[in-house]
Amino acid sequence: MTSSALLPLMILVPFVGAGIVALLPARRTELFRPIALLTSIVVLGMAVFMLVNFKVGDPGYQFESNTTWIKDLGISLHFGVDGISLFLVVLAAGIFPIALLGSNPDHDPKPYYGWLLVLLAGSIGVFCALDLVVFFVFFEIVLVPMYFLIGLWGHGRRVYAATKFFLYTMFGSALMLVGLIALAVLHQKAVGGPLTFDLVTLAREQALSTTASRWIFVAFAVAFAVKVPLFPLHTWLPDAHTEAPTAGSVLLAAVMLKLGTYGFVRFGLDLFPEASVWAAPVMLTLGVVGIVYGAICATMQKDLKRLVAYSSVAHLGFIVLGIFSITTQGIEGGILQMVNHGITTGALFLLVGMVYERRHTREISALSGLQSSAPVMAGVFTLVMLSSIGLPGLNGFVGEFLALLGAFKGARWWGVVAVTGVILAALYLLWAYQRVFHGKAEGENAKMRDLTWSEGAVLAPLLFLIVFLGIYPKVMLDRIEPSVKALVVHIDRNVEGFDAKDVTPKIAPAAKGAEHGGEG
Amino acid sequence: MFTLTETWYLVLAALIFSIGAVGLLVRRNVLVMFMCVELMLNAVNLTFVSFSTALDDLGGQTAVFFVLVVAAAEVVVGLGIIVAIMRRRQSADVDDISLMRG
Amino acid sequence: MTAVWLIPALPLLGFVTLVVLGRKFGDPGAGIFAACMVGLSFLGTLGVFAHLLSLPHEERAISQTLFTWISSGSFKVSIGFLADPLSITMCLFITGIGALIHIYSVGYMKGDPKFSKFFVYLNLFVASMLLLVLGDNLLLTFLGWEGVGACSYLLISFWFTDPKNASAGKKAFVTNRVGDFGFMLATFLVWVTLGTVNYEQIRPLAPGLAAGTATAIALLFFLGATGKSAQLPLFVWLPDAMAGPTPVSALIHAATMVTAGVYLLTRLSPIMAEAGWANDVVAWVGALTALVAACAAIAQNDIKKVLAYSTVSQLGYMFLAVGTQSYVAAVFHMITHASFKALLFLGSGSVIHAMAHEQDMRKYGNLRKYLPITYATFMVGWLAIAGIPPLSGFWSKDEILAGVFNAKTFGNLALWVIGMAVALLTAFYMTRQVIMTFFGEEKWRHAEVDAHGHELHADEEDAVDDHDHHHLTPDHTPHESPISMTLPLVVLAGAAAVAGLLNLPFGDPLKFLEHWLEPTIVGEHELPPGWVQALLSLAAVAVAVIGILGARAVYFQKKVDPAKIEKPVFAHAWYIDETYAKFMGGPGETAFEDVAQFDQKIVDGAVNGIAGGTVGLGNRLKGLQTGLVRTYGLGMAIGAVALLAYVVTRIGG
Repeated sequence: MTSSALLPLMILVPFVGAGIVALLPARRTELFRPIALLTSIVVLGMAVFMLVNFKVGDPGYQFESNTTWIKDLGISLHFGVDGISLFLVVLAAGIFPIALLGSNPDHDPKPYYGWLLVLLAGSIGVFCALDLVVFFVFFEIVLVPMYFLIGLWGHGRRVYAATKFFLYTMFGSALMLVGLIALAVLHQKAVGGPLTFDLVTLAREQALSTTASRWIFVAFAVAFAVKVPLFPLHTWLPDAHTEAPTAGSVLLAAVMLKLGTYGFVRFGLDLFPEASVWAAPVMLTLGVVGIVYGAICATMQKDLKRLVAYSSVAHLGFIVLGIFSITTQGIEGGILQMVNHGITTGALFLLVGMVYERRHTREISALSGLQSSAPVMAGVFTLVMLSSIGLPGLNGFVGEFLALLGAFKGARWWGVVAVTGVILAALYLLWAYQRVFHGKAEGENAKMRDLTWSEGAVLAPLLFLIVFLGIYPKVMLDRIEPSVKALVVHIDRNVEGFDAKDVTPKIAPAAKGAEHGGEG
Repeated sequence: MFTLTETWYLVLAALIFSIGAVGLLVRRNVLVMFMCVELMLNAVNLTFVSFSTALDDLGGQTAVFFVLVVAAAEVVVGLGIIVAIMRRRQSADVDDISLMRG
Repeated sequence: MTAVWLIPALPLLGFVTLVVLGRKFGDPGAGIFAACMVGLSFLGTLGVFAHLLSLPHEERAISQTLFTWISSGSFKVSIGFLADPLSITMCLFITGIGALIHIYSVGYMKGDPKFSKFFVYLNLFVASMLLLVLGDNLLLTFLGWEGVGACSYLLISFWFTDPKNASAGKKAFVTNRVGDFGFMLATFLVWVTLGTVNYEQIRPLAPGLAAGTATAIALLFFLGATGKSAQLPLFVWLPDAMAGPTPVSALIHAATMVTAGVYLLTRLSPIMAEAGWANDVVAWVGALTALVAACAAIAQNDIKKVLAYSTVSQLGYMFLAVGTQSYVAAVFHMITHASFKALLFLGSGSVIHAMAHEQDMRKYGNLRKYLPITYATFMVGWLAIAGIPPLSGFWSKDEILAGVFNAKTFGNLALWVIGMAVALLTAFYMTRQVIMTFFGEEKWRHAEVDAHGHELHADEEDAVDDHDHHHLTPDHTPHESPISMTLPLVVLAGAAAVAGLLNLPFGDPLKFLEHWLEPTIVGEHELPPGWVQALLSLAAVAVAVIGILGARAVYFQKKVDPAKIEKPVFAHAWYIDETYAKFMGGPGETAFEDVAQFDQKIVDGAVNGIAGGTVGLGNRLKGLQTGLVRTYGLGMAIGAVALLAYVVTRIGG
């Protein structure tokens, strides 16, 4: 296998799987789950292969493949991964088998698994597309399966939630479409030559005027802000998360929300460095507002799943904060946090789903004392919760810490306010835990079944990662760092007056004194 | 000597077009309306051909062929729909067919 | 090479093993195993200690790096250990007292359905605590810092079926998080200004810090310390934390975890030396906390709450010492306090165990007859904390007060007076506790004394160690605890009696601790000359004796009505906790609810409003869609004509 075929194959295989599912008759219900699982495991295998063969220390794109798609418009199927996207692809590939194993649809398995496979293909594609149009296509493709997952297999107000989710995101993407066409056309005008939508070229040449790139950045930013979601564009998230089936919530958290933050790094910082620096104060503010506001809203939720959804708003705020601190630490922390949030919140949603399956309610007030009836589940929940709170030694801490550190360095006062989110996170999660798991168990709560072996097996890889990535995040950081450093250098080179504080090594005060002496 | 300039053709085409247009607006029978549409199309065709001769450009005649093909296709689909409607409703009055009212 | 990493690794191994096999080991297997792991860790610490002793004075520091933990750009942090006199001193008493408390717990927790889980948490706690003190950088210390916080949370809410215990656990964690806000910011500030978070690298760089920055760093770290070490204004969680099983109170909430803040500031003495008035703040907060908590302690009726407030008060002493830069005295007091307070807690646990889990001292009395060993050891602890020579508390407290007397801190004489007052109160409330518990009549034999007695305060019934539900009946006969519980008491009593030998003020060669810690501490302040110290000691002993005699007069000879002393304001600890609770439950919660409503009604309302508006507009416009083909035709015709007219006129024009 040549490595350049890897990424297209990873996108193609789930599509083929979805095709097979579509062709089989709907009454062969027993076949769909194994096919979906097999497909996702094959994709995961390829992702692992990619991870193993990824060259550490190379900041550029790897496993690149580039085929012309629409020649006259300069659109090509250009794929590749670098340190920024590597772990998001691996996360997407890894979370699918878990989401599949973690829950079953209660009806119509054929379209369910079919759509999930389409979603898998889209998720992989969106993180490795290096052509703006191809990115946009995948960005939209993932919407469709998610719309159906929520709308058909969701709970209570599923149609409302699905429609809201779809319209909201479409609104953002419409602006992005305008932006990316404008970008390509203006770029062609400035440099001549053929039209191109190639990300690498566009980012390298930086041909647009300041005003134009700022406007286009805003168009992109709105699309990503909806996806992240940033205050005040976040209200689709609690609804979508709450009404989605378990697998849908897990995938929303692990994959879909990352499209926005990933977009900010790849199509914000990389494509519009000057505009990013220009807009950073606004983005930082929105990030901080998200952290505090999301946490406060989470505290007051009465529905367990809604609470986790609002906690996502807060966590994603940390990511945005890190990214727009525009420091090596901040961006690395942001990327790390993207992956870790996927793992932790994914696990939280799985657990909430398991509680719901047993008790048919997510009302916090209806649950009590579950630790008596389900001690193992309570233990697992505790671990995941502590990771979400950001306890050092678990995965949630590393990304959050680096993001805050970066913010403190690059944008001090935003960083200071953001640290209060650390207090609030403990408040809402522990309070929820207390109300659900502590206290006396009565009635249905006392009879609740503990975690089964198979459920434990589904959660086990996530729990392992929660601990492992908390103690040894170096495996990730080593691969992320070169690309992030290159990105910071890229910004430094293209933005006048920008102080990339990390590019030049820090001088300790003692040495600084000596230096001053030398000058004087 | 009285010569038949293209103006005559154009005037004729305009007349036919107007008849078609007015017919389309005032008649309620679907079949008649359909014929009016055909009238309008052919008026346009006539215009194309006249200009084609006048300007000595084959483009106009090519366009006519396109129009003819589209008109044929339209007749096939349109008549199909009309027949289907007639079967169900026993009437060809367009004002009765207002299912798409908002 | 000495394997420093083994010290925390052993309890960690115990934790992992017990998570997997704990239930198989069962009761008491799991407990014994856990105790062995901590014991082995103690032996390991002794080994490192011996190795350090064999090194020359100035080279007594072993640093050992295992692997890189977080590395991002110029930010690099390793999992690495620094074994120097300070951290090894801490390790010695953490593992030593830790092992004793593990042994004690085997007896105390016997028969609890979650026996093995208790030791899972306990081992994890010891491992985290050891990481905290052994970590060679701020971030690893923070890992331990949060780890002990999490274990504390888990252990306080160990008997989670009672909502009070669950609330207490949550309160402890969240309050500590407020402190962590400071810790994290301080860490950021250290890194941004010094470019490192490693202690050994901070040390030479610290003198280059600007005074303002150093002050900010010190204050932020102190904020962290007020959380973990229960100082004003964040001390409120510690009294509630007594909801946990008593061995937990002894280990975590008296001997080890709560001293982490003192350790942290001592470790950062190079920065504190530059921090100017931050030191005054530390000293004053410490002194005021000591006073506030000591006042609260004299009016508590729960045996453990007295000790809890006493712990807060003694920790205040330690911060007073740190703030006046008597780090040696602070560490000295930390060690002696760890031994006598662990002893007192375990003794109270033994009493509670014997009294069917009743914690109200008003139902005790004359227990010396039934619990001879507990009584004898408790006496040692009592005299030690009261500051009666030659027991350990006297020496360490004396050193602190002497240091304060000689310090250059703002208002040091006032601080000294507060310190003396606290010493008096300490002797008073401890004597009160001893008399109520071990002397007098056997009050539980009378009919229900609690209910609505006039001296009963609102919050008295909480924090009852009520995991099994038998109650104290008038015909109850207390029994002495099993050997697994009394043995640790005896050992600790020995330690509490002689720990003063570590640092005797009678001449330089006897100041072992001072010489031992000297290489790690920067800016240690001089003590006053010998004769001043001697006079101060006399005054301190006098004050202690007055306290004891006063309590004897009130509670034994009953010359004064206790209600005159046990004011409600003391029983409620100056209503500080109530004020917080009122704020959090009142305006705080309302504000949070308002934000949530804002999100629902305004933000989401706007979204739904836009959607609704669009639908409304559509509804209005849909009238245009008549469904009449001829209308559409007319529209088209008019449109076409208009367009044509426009084009024609434009071309014409």
